Amino acid sequence: MSAIAKDGKKDSPKAPSQETWELRLYVAGQTSKSVTAFANLKKICEQHIVGKYHIEVIDLLKNPTLAKGDHIFATPTLVRKLPVPIRKILGDLSNTERVLVGLDLRPRIDLPA
Amino acid sequence: MKTENKKAKKLRALEKIPSGISGLDEITGGGLPKGRPTLVCGSAGCGKTLMAMEFLVRGAVEHNDPGVFMAFEENEEELTRNVASLGFDLNALRARKKIVLHHVRVERSEIEETGEYDLEGLFIRLNHAIDSIGAKRVVLDTIEVLFAALPNENILRSELRRLFRWLKDKGVSAIITAEGGGDSGSLTRHGLEEYVADCVILLDHRVNEQLSTRRLRVVKYRGSVHGTNEYPFLISKDGFSVLPVTSMGLDHPASGERISSGVERLDTMLSGQGYYRGSSILVSGTAGTGKSSIAAAFVDAACRRGERALYFAFEESQNQILRNMRSIGLNLEPWVKKGLLQFHASRPSLCGLEMHLLTIYEAVKKFKPRVVVMDPVTNLVSVGTEIEVRSMLTRLIDFFKTEQVTALFPGLTTGDSSQSEVAISSLMDVCVLLRNIESGGERNRGLYILKSRGMEHSNQIREVLLSHLGIGLVDVYAGPATVLTGSARIEQEGREKAEGDRRKVQMDRRQREIERERGVTDAKVAVLRAGLEAKIEELNQEITEETLIDQVNAKSRFSLAANRQADAQPKSLGNGTNRIQETTE
Repeated sequence: MSAIAKDGKKDSPKAPSQETWELRLYVAGQTSKSVTAFANLKKICEQHIVGKYHIEVIDLLKNPTLAKGDHIFATPTLVRKLPVPIRKILGDLSNTERVLVGLDLRPRIDLPA
Repeated sequence: MKTENKKAKKLRALEKIPSGISGLDEITGGGLPKGRPTLVCGSAGCGKTLMAMEFLVRGAVEHNDPGVFMAFEENEEELTRNVASLGFDLNALRARKKIVLHHVRVERSEIEETGEYDLEGLFIRLNHAIDSIGAKRVVLDTIEVLFAALPNENILRSELRRLFRWLKDKGVSAIITAEGGGDSGSLTRHGLEEYVADCVILLDHRVNEQLSTRRLRVVKYRGSVHGTNEYPFLISKDGFSVLPVTSMGLDHPASGERISSGVERLDTMLSGQGYYRGSSILVSGTAGTGKSSIAAAFVDAACRRGERALYFAFEESQNQILRNMRSIGLNLEPWVKKGLLQFHASRPSLCGLEMHLLTIYEAVKKFKPRVVVMDPVTNLVSVGTEIEVRSMLTRLIDFFKTEQVTALFPGLTTGDSSQSEVAISSLMDVCVLLRNIESGGERNRGLYILKSRGMEHSNQIREVLLSHLGIGLVDVYAGPATVLTGSARIEQEGREKAEGDRRKVQMDRRQREIERERGVTDAKVAVLRAGLEAKIEELNQEITEETLIDQVNAKSRFSLAANRQADAQPKSLGNGTNRIQETTE
């Protein structure tokens, strides 16, 4: 799964940038962590930004040079390219609350430790 | 150290990779452990990054080992610019695929973490970088940045352990830098030495009495003998260098060659030929006794022989020395222009002793002089204690001897005490002492040789005369009770000359008297002789007359006898004349 593209919204590919969520998931091979991360991400997107997101999965084992561009040092890493600013979330995205805060989908309050 | 190294090689105990950093390989007996990670730790600004970078660059340039520099703090451009001042052209090395710079940007504010993760991304990047040029050397600078960025320390620690294991398996020789000074007294802030335990090098930058010194210590080197002392190191425009001076042995060669001191009479005092090549000479004396002048004469003599000379001045600038030495007839400027003479003028307080030592070391290595002057060596005391200065001088002298450099150290003594002389004179081969001799309301300079190893030398005090003609040594007046110098000596010499003159005049007079006496006597003799001759003449006249009378008488008697018809003839006439002649003769 070098680059799986998932288009949530099919009818308006040229939507304003604020509404489009460009997400990149960097993984290192088909590990349990990467599979979990992708599943978690998919779930969260479907719940909160349905139809407004675009996920690109990059396997660093196959494209090691791509890691430099987004300054990836840990895997899995989710990078929110759009909307700016760029945010990064490390891990398998198992804590939904933290992912939502990380993606700025929820204000940074009452964070569980 | 060399023999230990050989032994280690014979047993094939641990392979080492030359670090390329001058001095470090001697301390570690060949370099850093090959195929293993080395931890370089130290506080901020102590030169960790530079050391790591030099390890890579020297490896690439001198040993043809490609290297990867993974930087967590600085980006490629910054790194390139930072080390350009050391003469490392990273861009060229990168173009030749000798070095890969790889910046890993870790931004805490951008990062959120949730759930399980690992540092596989970093491994992949590193692996890719290593494989892209076949790197043999790797630097991770400073991986501790991750501790600040990643809240989950457990993951990070296990991942770091995995990383170092992975580096070993990969077979690359790596330097990992880490911030020093943990709270718990550990070497590094985050205890990285737990993971990288094969070789640990500690860099230190300490300030003592406003002077900073950099020091390096090999804390640990698994499977190898290493120097355990703290070694001073220097970051100069030629890079990083460690001076393993304390590891030098006392096995330097001893030359039998002799070189002139530049002062003719001083040479004759040193059994006629001057100093031994490679010896160290202390010229000590109080202020204004002519130490620098003797040093300058020595330098001048060396340049005349076509040898290179290096002059470390701690008190005067180059121009000042050139001007001042012209006043005693030593023109050093042509030698400077010819490139035979080089000055290094700096205040001792400019940097610490170790730094001075290294500066001297580097300068000597570069210029390769046969003759070195450090004027005045005692000024270094202002930078360190006497013990420190002594140990520094020991190293320095050992170094000079190993290089067969003849070194002259003018040393300032205060007052008449010879305390500081004693402290360093035992290190010296030749001690020339200059003294002020005060008498008769004036000050004169006296010189004598306290010691001179391995040669006969004069035990006499000489007076030093500095004039526009140069340095002259003259015999002092050594009387039965006192030693006279300066005008007292001249006066004494004058007195002696006058006395001599007086005696000469007297002798001349006596000589003349003799002549005169002789003349008078001769005259008298002449007069007497004249008188005698007159007398003789008179007497002869008388005799002749008497004879005539006798003859006349005889004739008349004869004729009378004839007349009287006498029967006997009178005796011959000649006998009477003969008798008178005999008496006069």
